[in-house]
Amino acid sequence: MRLLATLVTGTLVHLSAVDYAIVVFYFALVLAIGWYLKGKANTGEDFFMAGREMTAWVAGLSFLSANLGALELMGWAGSAYQYGILATHWYWIGAIPAMLFLALVMMPFYYISKTHSVPGYLKLRFGEPSRALSAVSFAFMTVLMSGVNMFAMAKVMQIVLGWDINFSIWVSSLTVAIYVSLGGLRSAIFNEVLQFFLIWAGALLVPILGLYEAGGWGNLKIQIAQRASEQYVHLWSGLGHFSTNPMGIHWTGIVFGLGAVLSMGYWTTDFLVVQRILAAKDIRSAEMAPIIGAGFKMMVPLIVILPGLLGLAVLPMKLVPESMVATTGAHSYNDVLPLMLARYCGPGLLGLGITALIAGFMSGMAGNVSAFTTVWTYDLYRPLINSKGTDHHYVNMGRWTTIVGVLISVGTAYLVMQFASIMDYVQALFSFFIAPLFGTVILGMLWKRATGPGGFWGLLCGTLSSISMWAWVKVDPTALRYVALSPDAKALAQDMYQALWSFIVCVTVTVVVSYATKPMPHAGLAGLVYGETEIPAVGDVPFYEKPLFWAAVVVAVFVILNIIFW
Amino acid sequence: MISIWFFIGISLLVNGALILAAGIYQLLDPPAEITIVLYSAHANVWWGAILFAIGLIYCLYFRPRGSHSP
Repeated sequence: MRLLATLVTGTLVHLSAVDYAIVVFYFALVLAIGWYLKGKANTGEDFFMAGREMTAWVAGLSFLSANLGALELMGWAGSAYQYGILATHWYWIGAIPAMLFLALVMMPFYYISKTHSVPGYLKLRFGEPSRALSAVSFAFMTVLMSGVNMFAMAKVMQIVLGWDINFSIWVSSLTVAIYVSLGGLRSAIFNEVLQFFLIWAGALLVPILGLYEAGGWGNLKIQIAQRASEQYVHLWSGLGHFSTNPMGIHWTGIVFGLGAVLSMGYWTTDFLVVQRILAAKDIRSAEMAPIIGAGFKMMVPLIVILPGLLGLAVLPMKLVPESMVATTGAHSYNDVLPLMLARYCGPGLLGLGITALIAGFMSGMAGNVSAFTTVWTYDLYRPLINSKGTDHHYVNMGRWTTIVGVLISVGTAYLVMQFASIMDYVQALFSFFIAPLFGTVILGMLWKRATGPGGFWGLLCGTLSSISMWAWVKVDPTALRYVALSPDAKALAQDMYQALWSFIVCVTVTVVVSYATKPMPHAGLAGLVYGETEIPAVGDVPFYEKPLFWAAVVVAVFVILNIIFW
Repeated sequence: MISIWFFIGISLLVNGALILAAGIYQLLDPPAEITIVLYSAHANVWWGAILFAIGLIYCLYFRPRGSHSP
């Protein structure tokens, strides 16, 4: 504690002894879990796939928590302050349909094929070149994402507590390296579920007390309309034109770019989240897990978006973009969540809130590192470098790759410091790789005629087209009017349309090349493509235990929420 | 194997106890300067108690008893 105290240079809040005790207890507990699970990660299946024995609840909460990293907690609270309730689209239409699609349509193929990873599925379906391409791009993306997480956490600790940024990076990264290298995916999953509870326990008080202070939702809307605009509390009514909403986006970008492509790509093909579901113990658990995740995902705006909106109404100061912090001396949008925590939380609660932030950041980092380790070991090292190793050898490779992956992430965190906006940077990354990958995987699963060369060239051209559009707008910002279809479009709108175009390029190239090449023999498609696969039943269970029933419940709530906040 | 829910219980139990204790201490010895909004709600007392109760239930229900699935 004396060490921590000496690192404090100037703080937004002051932690008391009990707050430090809660933070220290969190670190001790995650390390203890990693140590306890050390002896249960001796085989490849144990280390990389958590023994494929997770229940639907554990897999589902872990699936959701792997996504509850730095961006979710700080970035989207900041976006809610900046853009209003429109940021909720990333939780509802930008997640729920995709999660249900994963559960009911795609999960059976991932599960039946017994693949270790999404690139592993591409190997089975399209061959080695597609796997190598997606594995390299995924590995690249995950270490960058991990670096983003690390940087975001260190920044929060610097702003909120005054901790030295280097101290935060190294303490968190070493802790993650230790518990993931000891217990593998099971350790990451256990800590993600722990993090899920900590986040709710630490963050739920802010909307409760915030709504009490604002005088309820009705009064909050009035205050936001006075301080910003009435459009800040409407989900859909301002999306008829680019210039009638704070985000500068059209509903087609939200529905087709975000809902139909970007979120589908992220939630169904990003191995970081899909890996958690692959660890489920049976097909019913694998299908139920994303549905459970979707149910809780719909509630996350309560602890992320609502604090941002409350900040608009109750904070006495005005927050500014990251780029204006140095010149104005004001706090940035991304500080809204810590500011709200500091506003309501006294001794103990503040420690829990800070611990929730740390847990979210570390969990995101651990998720990236464990997925990177699996893809490196199974999709790059084993097929391309050493295919004759023993299972024990690959487990050791996994442990060492965890440590190396963390070190690369640390390097990336220092690189990320050069970027002005964390959010735009990561959104750009998603657009590069995720949208085309979704095109390739979904055609692979649903279209028998798709061939190996078609899958490879579609993925490559889709990715290159996305990078080209991004570079075009970087070099010539006026090009945004072409990419996003309007001169009024803003940065986030660009990402939506970029994803949509790259998906279309991927699908078009895949179809054209597939028709120009020899069809694959049907026998080789069994278990990989609709029409050639017998989808296993979820078992003889009552209707209320069937995934389809709960998916229908989630859809009903999703529709009602969108109508309420229209 | 010890259930994940037992670890969750430990976490909520300990955090709840610390927060509750801090809240009670503040009740008995209020700070000279109030730095938070809605201090009078004494959120750390009732929130700490809720976390403690949930943690206790989890710890008892999922305590190690031989074999538990994760």
